[in-house]
Amino acid sequence: MGAGNRPPVPPMEKRVTFKGWLLPLCLIAPQVVISAVFFFYPAGQAVWQSLFIPDPFGLKSQFVGLENFEYLLGDPYYRASFATTAIFSTLVTLAAMIPALFLAVMADRLVKSAGVYRTLLIWPYAVAPAVAGVLWLFMFNTRVGVVAWYLGQLGYDWNHVLNEREAMGLVVVASAWGRISYNFLFFFAALQAVPRSIIEAAAIDGARFWRRFFTIVLPLLSPTTFFLLVVNIVYAFFETFGVIHTITSGGPQQATTILVYKVYSDGFVGQDLGSSAAQSVILLVVVGLLTVLQFKYIEKRVHY
Amino acid sequence: MATVTLDNIRKSFGTDEVIKGVSLDVADGEFIVIVGPSGCGKSTLLRMVAGLETITAGELRIGGTRANEREPMDRDIAMVFQNYALYPHMSVAQNMGYGLRIKGLPKAEVAAKVRAAAELLQLSELLERKPRQLSGGQRQRVAMGRAIVREPKVFLFDEPLSNLDAKLRVQMRLEIRELQAKLGITALYVTHDQVEAMTMADRMIVMNEGRAEQIGTPLDVYERPASLFAAQFIGSPSMNVIEAEGREDGMHVGDMLLPNPTGARGPVMLGLRPEHLVPAPDGPLALRVLLAEPLGANTLLHGMLAGGQNFTASLPGVHTTGGAEVLHLGIAPEKMHVFDKQTGRRLG
Amino acid sequence: MARQVTGMVERHGMGLWLTHLVMIAGVLVIFFPIWLAFVASTVTQPEIVRPPMPVWPGDRFVENYTAALFSGVNVPVLVMLGNSLIMAVGIAVGKIIISLLSAFAIVYFRFPARNLFFWLIFLTLMLPVEVRIVPTYEVIAGFRMLNSYSGLIFPLIASATATFLFRQFFLTVPDELAEAARVDGAGPMRFFWDILLPMSRTNIAALFVILFIYGWNQYLWPLLITTDPSMNTIVMGLKQMFPSGDDVADWPVIMATSILAMIPPVVVVISMQKLFIRGLVDSEK
Repeated sequence: MGAGNRPPVPPMEKRVTFKGWLLPLCLIAPQVVISAVFFFYPAGQAVWQSLFIPDPFGLKSQFVGLENFEYLLGDPYYRASFATTAIFSTLVTLAAMIPALFLAVMADRLVKSAGVYRTLLIWPYAVAPAVAGVLWLFMFNTRVGVVAWYLGQLGYDWNHVLNEREAMGLVVVASAWGRISYNFLFFFAALQAVPRSIIEAAAIDGARFWRRFFTIVLPLLSPTTFFLLVVNIVYAFFETFGVIHTITSGGPQQATTILVYKVYSDGFVGQDLGSSAAQSVILLVVVGLLTVLQFKYIEKRVHY
Repeated sequence: MATVTLDNIRKSFGTDEVIKGVSLDVADGEFIVIVGPSGCGKSTLLRMVAGLETITAGELRIGGTRANEREPMDRDIAMVFQNYALYPHMSVAQNMGYGLRIKGLPKAEVAAKVRAAAELLQLSELLERKPRQLSGGQRQRVAMGRAIVREPKVFLFDEPLSNLDAKLRVQMRLEIRELQAKLGITALYVTHDQVEAMTMADRMIVMNEGRAEQIGTPLDVYERPASLFAAQFIGSPSMNVIEAEGREDGMHVGDMLLPNPTGARGPVMLGLRPEHLVPAPDGPLALRVLLAEPLGANTLLHGMLAGGQNFTASLPGVHTTGGAEVLHLGIAPEKMHVFDKQTGRRLG
Repeated sequence: MARQVTGMVERHGMGLWLTHLVMIAGVLVIFFPIWLAFVASTVTQPEIVRPPMPVWPGDRFVENYTAALFSGVNVPVLVMLGNSLIMAVGIAVGKIIISLLSAFAIVYFRFPARNLFFWLIFLTLMLPVEVRIVPTYEVIAGFRMLNSYSGLIFPLIASATATFLFRQFFLTVPDELAEAARVDGAGPMRFFWDILLPMSRTNIAALFVILFIYGWNQYLWPLLITTDPSMNTIVMGLKQMFPSGDDVADWPVIMATSILAMIPPVVVVISMQKLFIRGLVDSEK
């Protein structure tokens, strides 16, 4: 495994193919039908609905063009949610990647026991974000949380229910926690793939461990790092809903309302369909950009 | 048992014609080797016979009946692939019996046929192994076994020995030939290795750029190459080809004068096999030796002719030369090959 | 993957122990939340609500887990576990089947609109369920699939990732195998079933691990479409166990439920570690 020893890039097409067109169409049909019904139709609906405003009774809709978007982009709450998302995903990405890299570097120095640590460290990856949220909520619960209680003993009055910064801190840590495992696996694999001879050459050149790390190893890890950067941002954007819903429900004062949470709360809780649809469309654009970024990375890796 | 006939077979990919009309009659039980450099179309030709590529034009007959439109399985052929193409998750026995099981033969009969083939190929001990547990030579045998159990009319081999090491290759060459003779099956065998072609073929086709340069027995091709290409492709080290001019008094190469066995006139290409040159103090060829490669039984002498053309001679025994020695060589007129300078076809 | 290394760059003595120390500390910090949840699931409610709670397990393990499994808060946790299992297996198996079939079609056939379909499948990468929740909800409601397993499974089942993974793998399968199969007289489906599928076993297993966890850990979608507590999955039902308003949560039962919610995916990951890592690294390529 690892970035280094993949099979060579396979050809894009087969030389040999089977004849006929009915059979392949039948084979591909289930995926295409499901994609159409549950992906493209809803996405199309989102675009369509984003151009309308339903009347207060929900009986008919009025075409308003791009008004929903204009309104959204002028809405201080939505802009605040954008800023929140930016801060949140930056923090989650850093909090998930730096400890992971550190642990991977440490584990890479151990030969025999690295596998044991790896087994122990991959646990949290399997824990659902929503469950992680409950675990962290339990530790920091203002009434029963152990960590909150000890902080109180130290004279720090923890209250993420009221304090916006503390709320943000808690959802960031709870979101990053399981991700550390994931990043660790990738960093560790990449480190194992760094050719031993390069490290030894650097050692002969007189570079000490941390110097070797920053001048040789880190640059060699850059494809993995870039890849993880994108993947972690995508995670922070779209997969942390469970953490936020269980810990803060977007509060206090919307301080932890990231974009995906807002689509949910405006669409399902607030029943503001036009706005929710417009938000969906904006998110679509964001995912599109991130996907393109990811593929740029793959291209880059192919040319390595 | 069957004959195979290729009647002006052509193949195009889009506008790109890769097989430009090949005709061949293969007799029953004959071993035909298709040889040529990579990209000459030899594999494509074989795959068209197998039914893995469609035939753009021309007719293919197997056992006298048109086979162009038949599916591979209906052509009564069996194929041995370069990388063996053994199914990695099946045992040796399953690999060999797969085609028969698809045909719907009863299990017992399949097992019996597989056992018989395994015996023939000395694979009996390995029947339960997976391909990854076998050596290269054993895999090769399994691939042959898979072909044999089908009891085909025609064997097709696509560079079957190119993944083996040199020693094994020599051994397998013999085994394949013996087996084919024993079973009496018609065979088409593709290779880029001229030694394989020379040693195995009843007749060979030398292919170049989608055309058959020459079809004939190995000795035919060696002794009377029909074209410059065939002349240079067969034989090792390859034939010297030098520019010459044929006149009344003989063949002029620079200042040197050789016999003119064909009586050709004007500029021609002259082919001289290195091993046909003999040292002769008064020989017409003056070779300035730049490098001597002693191979034990003979010595290769590389150098330049007086006219400045590169030239190699192969002399029996050990030959030592003090640098820049000029060696005089002669050649029997009947060993000289003369080719048209424009078309590269043999003259005379 | 263990590298045989010794030599000058390796650490000895103090350095080695320090490294172990750092690793152990790291593991402890990472594990702490899980440990605390486990402890909480083995003590009584009063022990928890009077902080600080104990740091070593108590003696109420059986009582708390029995209470969670068979009574729960809104619905017995056993029911939610069952729902989660059906959803996770359904999504994993469904995705694998439709992806295998479509990848086979794309790689081994040339048919009209092949490229169009390929791009359509590719585009679904850009449509995570979080982005299209309202309209997808409406589709499911229109099909009367709210509070149903098919409603839980189908919208999450189309996966470009799995299709690409299989496509990638099929492309590495030597062409000669398909040719040999043709010479042996196997048609396309026979080739698929007898040769391609058995050869894909490891990939299928690796993907199953990843997809099982993906399905098990779904939160938003089950939250939207399962209003009936008996259809809740355990991951989303956990949150529903917290009381609204000022009531005190039943912490031991809730924490026992969180432990139960993480056991199946953790067991899958640990027991199939090699496959899992391979699947992870492959599927993110």
